[in-house]
Amino acid sequence: MERIPILKMGQFLLVTIQVDLYDRLALDLEADLINAVEKNAAKGVLIDISAVSIVDSFMGRILGNIANMSRLLDAQTVVVGIQPAVAITLVELGLPLTGVRTALNVERGMELLNSLITFDDTTEEWDDDTDNDH
Amino acid sequence: MTTLQKSGTMIPITITKETVLVVKEQDVVPLRNTVKQCAVKIKMGLVNQTKLITAASELVRNMLRYAKGGAVLVETVSVGRNQGVKLTFQDDGPGIADINQAMQDGFSTGNSLGLGLPGTKRLVNEFDIKSTVGSGTTVTIIKWVNG
Ligand SMILES: Nc1ncnc2c1ncn2[C@@H]1O[C@H](COP(=O)(O)OP(=O)(O)OP(=O)(O)O)[C@@H](O)[C@H]1O
Ligand SMILES: [Mg+2]
Repeated sequence: MERIPILKMGQFLLVTIQVDLYDRLALDLEADLINAVEKNAAKGVLIDISAVSIVDSFMGRILGNIANMSRLLDAQTVVVGIQPAVAITLVELGLPLTGVRTALNVERGMELLNSLITFDDTTEEWDDDTDNDH
Repeated sequence: MTTLQKSGTMIPITITKETVLVVKEQDVVPLRNTVKQCAVKIKMGLVNQTKLITAASELVRNMLRYAKGGAVLVETVSVGRNQGVKLTFQDDGPGIADINQAMQDGFSTGNSLGLGLPGTKRLVNEFDIKSTVGSGTTVTIIKWVNG
């Protein structure tokens, strides 16, 4: 069965979404990621969607779910590489992406994750800065 | 039957048309591709393409979820010099009793965010929904290249 690969990098998990996901694949990814966070006691999840050309409400909800569930397992989630056209569309659609942190690219996302786990107790103060990236 | 329209004053001329059936979630990706091909053919910009395909994705999702699928008519159309992609989503599902309510941000009978219909309307240039309880729903949208 087709699956999105999850790479382990130190305390982080890295997922690069290369195809436009259909629902089953997205739901599998959600389940696989949560299991991987648990199994590896991961501190962070980085999801690279730079190759994704369409994010609709379903896909947005999956990203939100991953972020919220990971948080319950003490891991931070950062979504990176949102294409400008996708960002514009998400805002007009009205999808809030609540609780999903974003960064411009993988490098910045890694920096953000590192800072989030280093300054765990100041996490809340980072919220506003990162959400306004796009 | 109840109706709600956004814009829609001129009657566009159809240039090409194609029907895509959507009965399972795997049919969504081919539909998106068909819509994209049309948009590219008439040289629609990337942002408008993205808005159009996202709108199509929302509507097809509704069709699958509430009406067990349906048919999508994909057309390239023109009015004067302006070209666009027109999509008609037709299903034989339960219909919508109160369209004004369904069009509100946050209204959902599916325990969801309720932003598919109102969000779609914001993403396109023309939006028309007709629904009859017990016989189905038809949603028509147009995204213009320059619009
Ligand atoms: N094709 C359809 N047939 C029957 N009912 C529909 C159809 N499309 C939408 N509806 C009704 O309209 C409501 C609003 O639809 P809308 O897409 O805005 O929100 P949603 O699907 O509930 O949530 P979201 O799209 O945010 O996941 C739905 O909950 C459903 O009751
Ligand atoms: Mg919907």
